[in-house]
Amino acid sequence: MASIPRSSRRPAPPAVRLSLSDPFVRSIVYQILVVGGVALIIWYLVSNTMTNMEARKIASGFDFLNREAGFAISEHSIDYSPADTYFRALVVGVLNTLLIAVLGIVLATILGTVIGIGRLAKNWLIAKVCSVYVEVMRNLPLAVQLFFWYAMIIENLPGPRQAISPLPGVFLSSRGIMVPVPGDDPAYGWMLIACLIGVVATLLISRWARARQAATGQQFPMMRAAAGLILGLPLLAWLAGGAPTTLDWPELRGFNFQGGGSMSPEFAALLLGLVTYTAAFIAEIVRSGILAVSHGQTEAASALGLRRSLNLRLVVLPQALRVIIPPMISQYLNITKNSSLAVLIGYPDIVSIANTALNQTGQAIEGIAIIMLVYLTVSLSIAVFGNWYNKRLALVER
Amino acid sequence: MKHLGRIAATAAIALGALAGTAQAQQSTVDAVKAKGFVQCGVNTGLAGFSAPDSQGVWKGLDVDMCRGVAAAVFGDASKVRYTGLTAQQRFTALQSGEVDILARNTTWTLQRDTSLGLDFVAVNFYDGQGFMVKNSLNVKSAKELNGATVCVQPGTTTELNLADYFRANRMQFKPVVIEKMEEVVAAYLAGRCDAYTTDMSGLASTRSAQGANASQHLILPDVISKEPLGPAVRHGDNKWADIVRWTFNVMVEAEEMGLTSANIDSKMNDPNPGIQRLVGKTGDMGKQLGLENNWSYNIIKQVGNYGESYERNIKPIGLERGVNELWSKGGIMYAPPVR
Repeated sequence: MASIPRSSRRPAPPAVRLSLSDPFVRSIVYQILVVGGVALIIWYLVSNTMTNMEARKIASGFDFLNREAGFAISEHSIDYSPADTYFRALVVGVLNTLLIAVLGIVLATILGTVIGIGRLAKNWLIAKVCSVYVEVMRNLPLAVQLFFWYAMIIENLPGPRQAISPLPGVFLSSRGIMVPVPGDDPAYGWMLIACLIGVVATLLISRWARARQAATGQQFPMMRAAAGLILGLPLLAWLAGGAPTTLDWPELRGFNFQGGGSMSPEFAALLLGLVTYTAAFIAEIVRSGILAVSHGQTEAASALGLRRSLNLRLVVLPQALRVIIPPMISQYLNITKNSSLAVLIGYPDIVSIANTALNQTGQAIEGIAIIMLVYLTVSLSIAVFGNWYNKRLALVER
Repeated sequence: MKHLGRIAATAAIALGALAGTAQAQQSTVDAVKAKGFVQCGVNTGLAGFSAPDSQGVWKGLDVDMCRGVAAAVFGDASKVRYTGLTAQQRFTALQSGEVDILARNTTWTLQRDTSLGLDFVAVNFYDGQGFMVKNSLNVKSAKELNGATVCVQPGTTTELNLADYFRANRMQFKPVVIEKMEEVVAAYLAGRCDAYTTDMSGLASTRSAQGANASQHLILPDVISKEPLGPAVRHGDNKWADIVRWTFNVMVEAEEMGLTSANIDSKMNDPNPGIQRLVGKTGDMGKQLGLENNWSYNIIKQVGNYGESYERNIKPIGLERGVNELWSKGGIMYAPPVR
């Protein structure tokens, strides 16, 4: 709401005249009218809905969340069975949405950056291939691409009994991709912890190194130290744990593969579709960001004697990022929101599961409200984080 | 002051327009008569129940239900408009008033009857859930499906029965849940799933739609649930519910009495008092429903009796009458007396 204009420097204001010709009174009256009008409309819509639902004997409220869901979900990152509640089913859906969104964001950023830089390459072929990729991908509707990828996977791959095995233990079939995963051994847990310790230590050391360089000018071999910490510590933990080599192999038992890790065709198709589609937009953002850094900057850096890699890291990227970050955030939001197209190809994301729940219980308004709440929360979190990061990177004007 | 007046006027008009939509629920039959057609929610394409033919004309057992109601209300079975609905859309479409009748092979359950704001008025097909597999899978019974991947549509009783059945038999399965029927069937045909599950009638319909490849698919003999399918209307509109209910009962009663669309004109002067009532010669049943007195004649003449509708629609997809035979012939199809 607009702030009320009231200057303290105004010479002894005359007693407020209760007239609409007074700008102060007028602005207050208008604001009350607008707020009142909006409140009235909201009240009207809510009460109208409640009355109509009452009249039609449609159940309402959130009690259904504690009832047994009764339907199965194919992919769940936490334990779930049809005997669990609707609430748990919805949590499974939210986690599935987050999984696809996070993986999609990471992979699309990598692919998009490579293609964006590729479009600027001096090599004619690389530049053209990247241009064609961008123009094709961003001009086809995502839904069409998802159907395409899904059909490609399930129509072309054989059934589980005739699965293709490109590597021992790796199977490709219409049930998805099966890979061996590390088996059950305490050493693997320790490796994970060691890796986390390595990451934290790296962050601390890099801070210290930067402070030291600023103070003394001495450089520290950061890359080697980081590699040693992040890879070396888990390796030590593995050796200390007795160097176990147990793997959980996928095995054909009955109708399907059991054991090992797997990626379903639905997940694979959705991830492929989201990543390849969004990467095209990210490529354009990256390209525009790099082109936005004026040539004079790189020339000046070269004149100062900076190597090409340092030039890119210290001069071009920090300035390009300022241009890249804001549109990039909106692409990340797009990936998250577009993941709701999962419904089309049967990946159990939050929309799919909430739809099923609202259909089984008949509580459409609550179901849709939950979907909106989830997307709003996730999207706003991404936006808040993005804005914070953008502020950190933004040019500090003195 | 001028501005304020304008704003106030705009607000008043906007609120007035909103208030206009808040009018009390209008009786469905009056609304239907006013607009001149019945808006009928049907399956997007299930051969035998509701599917457009090569000319784009909707045909099927559920479609005949809608045509019967149009014949009863308007004396013209063609005054129907169809809305193809997915399993997930169907209840909201009826609740919100988008359709007047939901005749979309929908199972009558307590929960749907009570908390969805709708009323089931008849059972026009007694069904049960089954599984279809490819012959090459070498499975002869649903009990052998432990560990299988099963294609199913979301938001159906089918989805719940499937989970119940595997739980009850201590078996594992992986669902592949896709909303659109064409897509879920495509996934099954492409080999994404070992089995496809839906009502037996739906399986027969899908199997027959495969043409020459139909023999590659086997419908397993196990029936794992009761699925009484029937038309539903909005809760609380009893007048409309009566019309739909008795339209169906007339179709069954006509079959019991041997009245068909072909012979009804020749039976106009049949002395049987039951037939006299059904052709509208005696009694005032139409008036009691708020319809013309020849309403039942129009249904039988234009749509036919239940048996005719079954012969026309369900037989071609390869399903015998079975339990849907008349009670007098060993089935359970039984209509309360139309009198």
